[in-house]
Amino acid sequence: MASYVVNTRKQQQQMLRELKLETLDDLFVDVPASVRLESLNIPQGQSELEVYHEMSEISSKNTVFKHIFRGGGAYNHYIPSIVNAVVSKEEFLTAYTPYQPEISQGILQSIFEYQTQMCQLSGLDVSNASVYDGAVAAAEAALMLQERRKSDILVAETVNPQLLQVLKTYCESRDVKVITVKAIDYAVDFNDLKEKLNDTIAGVIVQSPNFYGLIEDVKAISELTHSHGGKVIMHTNPIALALLKNAKELDADICTAEGQPLGMPLAFGGPYLGIMTCKKELMRKLPGRIVGQTVDTNNQRCFVLTLQAREQHIRREKASSNICSNQALCAMRASVYCAALGPDGLRQVAKNSASNAHYLARKLMEITGFELKSTKEFFNEFLMSCPIDNEKLVAGLAEKGILAGLPLGKDILWCATEVNTKKEIDNLVEIIKEVL
Amino acid sequence: MKLLFEISSKGRKLDLIPPCDTEEYSFNDELLRKEKLRLPEVSEVDLSRHYTALAKQAHGVNDGFYPLGSCTMKYNPSLNETVAGDKNFTNIHPLQPAETIQGCLEVLYQAKELLCEITGMDDMSFQPAAGAHGEYAGLILIKKYHQDRNDHKRVNIIVPDSAHGTNPASATMVGFKVINIPSNENGGVDIEKLKAAVGEDTAGLMLTNPNTLGLFDPNILEITRIVHDAGGLCYYDGANLNAVMGRVRPGDMGFDCIHLNLHKTFSTPHGGGGPGSGPVGCKNILKDFLPALEVAKNSGGYYFYQPEKTMGQVRSFYGNFLVVVKALTYIKSLGKEGIPEASGNAVLNANYLMNRLKDYYDVAYDTICMHEFVLSLGRMKREHGISAMDIAKGCLDYGIHPPTMYFPLIVPEALMLEPTETESRETLDQAADIFIELFKTALKDPEKLHNAPLSCYITRPNETEAARNPILTYQFENDQ
Ligand SMILES: Cc1ncc(COP(=O)(O)O)c(C=O)c1O
Repeated sequence: MASYVVNTRKQQQQMLRELKLETLDDLFVDVPASVRLESLNIPQGQSELEVYHEMSEISSKNTVFKHIFRGGGAYNHYIPSIVNAVVSKEEFLTAYTPYQPEISQGILQSIFEYQTQMCQLSGLDVSNASVYDGAVAAAEAALMLQERRKSDILVAETVNPQLLQVLKTYCESRDVKVITVKAIDYAVDFNDLKEKLNDTIAGVIVQSPNFYGLIEDVKAISELTHSHGGKVIMHTNPIALALLKNAKELDADICTAEGQPLGMPLAFGGPYLGIMTCKKELMRKLPGRIVGQTVDTNNQRCFVLTLQAREQHIRREKASSNICSNQALCAMRASVYCAALGPDGLRQVAKNSASNAHYLARKLMEITGFELKSTKEFFNEFLMSCPIDNEKLVAGLAEKGILAGLPLGKDILWCATEVNTKKEIDNLVEIIKEVL
Repeated sequence: MKLLFEISSKGRKLDLIPPCDTEEYSFNDELLRKEKLRLPEVSEVDLSRHYTALAKQAHGVNDGFYPLGSCTMKYNPSLNETVAGDKNFTNIHPLQPAETIQGCLEVLYQAKELLCEITGMDDMSFQPAAGAHGEYAGLILIKKYHQDRNDHKRVNIIVPDSAHGTNPASATMVGFKVINIPSNENGGVDIEKLKAAVGEDTAGLMLTNPNTLGLFDPNILEITRIVHDAGGLCYYDGANLNAVMGRVRPGDMGFDCIHLNLHKTFSTPHGGGGPGSGPVGCKNILKDFLPALEVAKNSGGYYFYQPEKTMGQVRSFYGNFLVVVKALTYIKSLGKEGIPEASGNAVLNANYLMNRLKDYYDVAYDTICMHEFVLSLGRMKREHGISAMDIAKGCLDYGIHPPTMYFPLIVPEALMLEPTETESRETLDQAADIFIELFKTALKDPEKLHNAPLSCYITRPNETEAARNPILTYQFENDQ
């Protein structure tokens, strides 16, 4: 058994004696006798070797797919070695939130660099230090836009269904009405949007590339929404921002993203990263930690947590959000990832992902029964019909070590990234032919 | 120190991604980004040294004593990191078919069983990503419970004034009205005030126990009874579970739901601010409202299901899974004896340190404390002009992380110390000597403390200026 307690039994006895106590139990006098626990009904503690074996035993019950063609909100990108090396540094890993700037400059500066890089990607002015994940980022963004007579949120039906669920939870608990905008051809139906837009709408949430991988006409959505005095929340894939028009160019007011593609492993869904950036005018509504630059008493540049008057520890029930701990180490991953790739590298990841996805689509279309469900431009995911029961195809490919696209209804949402080479795609297509 | 953008040099890069071997796809020009993308252009050596330099300006548990109250900065075992780095966990896509994720589901299932036993709850969800997120989900459980019974008048959440800021903030996010009640002279819940506050409009009470003063409320059973008698439910902020785990269970004391901070009590590192994990646990009366999805087990193995009246999701997928892996590893290491041994020693260390300091500093409540205690520098400030901040900054020159400052809000000039069980008597003695030295300096040479720290990379920053004139990103030179 390891409890990581450092004091020996003898030391504990001495310390108790100095406190004029006899046993550890004497420290718990305030616990009512009727509820004191005799003993926990859980297994005995074990040595490191035993625990290691037990956990390895459990993990080996998972299947790791060699070839992954599935996205749907979690993407299999290559993670440069330097990313893992940096976030393993114990000074970062084992630190708390940087409440004491004088000994936390390393962490504060790294967050400042993260904020800058996220703003570079989205083109907007201000970034926070992260929130729990992409879906929460979008939901928190919706809450940023609340005004007395302008509180309803329109959300495109084409967003990731998990985002929609989280948004509904966050909005329902604040009595904010969420209205979905219908899709036509798997993208926003502008007629429906126009019908639903009015001056009670606080904001419109659109995801681009959307859940089906399609690039939405965010610019036109921004124009329409702004003409009704509403704001636009663009939810996106941060990799796409390096290649496709960013939030600033599309005139969105807030840009949120799931940051997982920027150096986070798939890890069964987390920890991931909620990226939030916004225009300067919304700065004081932005939730979460924000790092700012200032000087010390020697007039030396330094960094601190700032604009804290928004936050729960100051404002309590009037805070802009309840968030306290965030996803700091994931933000550091994203920052190192972006810096390692640089502008050209990140653009290349985006380009290769898109090129591989388009190649995959073309190859699949050579097989009868695989047809693109939409004619619109897509980034690195696309929805296709499937000539056989899609679950059967998924199972058939799984046997060959391939994670197929995500079954949706009778169709499949396929995905490729820079890791899926031509050879791998050709191989996938051959195996599909065998399975059919 | 230079920023990444200041060490950037055009054309420098790492060779990470091979050229594309499929035909390059060209998007329609009007879809393409035109704006310049000013990410750093650096070599791997540059990057590596940059972060090594930054690491030297950071302080983790592994750098030294870290008695940051309410944060349970215990040692983070290496084994946890090894296990969480297992490729059989890190390379699993969250949307894989059920038969290919049996290991992940087993982790969630086992962690749930163990933590339910430790807390006395019946069910648990790991979706919440941190403590505040767990509070949020827990309060939605309470809201749904009343709504489901068509009891729509219950709109108030009672929160003691010693509570952490996330408690009232979470209550607001769930759409409740916050009723603050003052603490009694012993730092506990004022029973008369509580009785006066409860009624037909009470949705529930949020209680941190031991509370943020480090005190176990001796009236805890009466408190939960009063709330229940009024038709409300009881929420347990489990951030301070490290004091009592394995010794008493919130579920046995009348609490209906709870959140845990796995990144405090269960030894997972805090990563400079996160990721944490804030599972929400509850009794059977609330479990149908838990977030989707929940894990269950039958003869065919583990599977996900949607609780009957689920609140939906509070985030994507299943939470900060790798953090749960670390916590499970920790619980398996400690087991039935290790857990109470940890809590007992956490409390012992806190009392030992408090005992060594109380002849010098004013202890906010001079009684046996739990895993942490609060000093009040109110008198010191009045008499010698030395504030909690000055003492905290003084700690920095001795290489220890300062205690939590100015929290809880009800203690003037508060310093909150939580040593945890993973510190030795030797370390505590050293720290006590340092605090005593600081006390003496405060009387002899207050100016020295006003100027502290002098041995860090920076001196005190101008925080007012930072907020007044916010510079939140690097200002590139030729900004076009
Ligand atoms: C008593 C208490 N409750 C809740 C929280 C919030 O936890 P988190 O930071 O994980 O959201 C904290 C952490 O600071 C705490 O100390």
